[in-house]
Amino acid sequence: MTDQTTPTFGDLALEVRSKNAGPFWVTMELFMRDEAGYALAAAPANVNEDVIAALYDVRAEDVQIFRIPALNVVKISFPRPVSQGGLHDRDVHAGQHHVPLAALRAAPPEPV
Amino acid sequence: MKAVRVLSPTGMLGAGFAQSTVDRGLELGADVISVDAGSTDSGPHYLGSGTPKTTAAAVARDLRVLLRAAAKAGIPLVVGSCGTSGTDSGVDWVAGIVEDILSEEELDLSVATIRSEQRADFLKERLRAGAVHPLAPAGALDEATVDSCTHVVGMMGHEPIEEALRAGADVVLAGRATDTAVAAAFPLMKGMPAGPSWHAAKIVECGGQCTTNPRTGGVLATIDQTGFTIEPLDPDAACTPISVAAHMLYETVNPFRMREPAGELDVEDATYTALDDRRVRVEGSRFHLADQHTVKLEGARITGYETMSFTAIRDEHILANIEAWTDLFDKVFTERVAQTLGLDGTEYSYDLRRYGYDAVLGALEPATRPPREIAVMLLVRAATQELATAVAKVANPLMLHLPTPDMAYLPSLAFATSPAETERGPVYEFVLNHVVDTRTPTEMFRIDHRKARSHD
Repeated sequence: MTDQTTPTFGDLALEVRSKNAGPFWVTMELFMRDEAGYALAAAPANVNEDVIAALYDVRAEDVQIFRIPALNVVKISFPRPVSQGGLHDRDVHAGQHHVPLAALRAAPPEPV
Repeated sequence: MKAVRVLSPTGMLGAGFAQSTVDRGLELGADVISVDAGSTDSGPHYLGSGTPKTTAAAVARDLRVLLRAAAKAGIPLVVGSCGTSGTDSGVDWVAGIVEDILSEEELDLSVATIRSEQRADFLKERLRAGAVHPLAPAGALDEATVDSCTHVVGMMGHEPIEEALRAGADVVLAGRATDTAVAAAFPLMKGMPAGPSWHAAKIVECGGQCTTNPRTGGVLATIDQTGFTIEPLDPDAACTPISVAAHMLYETVNPFRMREPAGELDVEDATYTALDDRRVRVEGSRFHLADQHTVKLEGARITGYETMSFTAIRDEHILANIEAWTDLFDKVFTERVAQTLGLDGTEYSYDLRRYGYDAVLGALEPATRPPREIAVMLLVRAATQELATAVAKVANPLMLHLPTPDMAYLPSLAFATSPAETERGPVYEFVLNHVVDTRTPTEMFRIDHRKARSHD
């Protein structure tokens, strides 16, 4: 269970960022502060295709997740839901779309 | 050649860099200067309209430094994606700036331009031949979509640039090119292996972005038979294994695999090793040649004309009831447009954005605290500018006086400008996300060798 006292991924990260990857894709990265933070972000129970699909209102099968332990980075890419520069595009570079991801709360690992 | 040194002064021609960054690169023995001058990142307007994002004076300032350096060191200068989108008009624009500088500085450099704009007839012929394929998430292309584009460019690989360099060009001004082809062309021409050449090109494409201080100057990549070494040109900046490896994440869908016209860069097994506190050695990068060489298309078309109106709310009662205010706006606005202009919702569209509340993230917005003020932007799009402005003007009294449903008086809201409406002209969308199977890597590009004005 997560509650308001559980840290967000933003709290545990050096940087969370998002950007266009060409006109038709968005990509975002969680640069975690340390291996413990990375372990939380990389845990499929915390960040998976379905979580991202629900967070960004996109299809889970279109979501790509890359877990990169050497950099303590989790990278997420999905097709841009809104056409770049179109009437309903409020973020032309998709540079502010990391915020919902950064606000996500990491469930601590289950005790074994 | 045993090694090739590529100097990348900045991620974007016109963004500016210190003279010292280029001086340092020449001292270190740069063999070529490469710089990217374009991107789709700022939206479809630049390709759609064939106009640059950068201002001429900023591009001229950077080019003057680079042309002097190229002439002094006797090394080539490669500029990719001229004029932001790489249209023919963008190439001509940069070529004009270069001609003026060569003349003013009395520099004796030969210039080649490479055009990358694509004719609709050619694309439709290739489409009928089954040689055009969609990239995810696009669907199959049809001829009507090709015809609807104001401009279509093909993204060249290293091959046309290499051909221009082999023909003796000192300065190559390329239309749309992959960011990497601009830096990879010269080392590939000099026989450096494809894996390190393309990987180094990806790392240097944004200048100092791969360093610990991205706001400082550019970088130098030294490519050899087994890998490459990267170092910053600002003495106070550093490249670290993390800063270099992390750059593979930047603006890429997949950080390990990157498609180029000739094949795919594969950095899955690349190793990043610190040589000292500011230089990094990269080995193990591979390049897999594709069975079919492909060129990616970019195209943009007009979707209509927009008029923007902008007002602001500070009244705490309206701020506390902004959802009710917005619902009332939508109702009264669409009714008034139907009543006065006789238009239903199929003849215009609009986007009402509440900046300070949820404009940027919309339904994704996680915050719930009440804002201090809200800026309300209305964007109206219609088939003509006149119609878009007429619709926006119908909204004007609402953006000035609309209350919430429970208010017994008319508030006056804070227009930011007079008049409140600003005409934005034609607006565009990217419509192509497809590749063309080529018969030769250069068939879609046209090289012209121009004489410098000082030769005349």
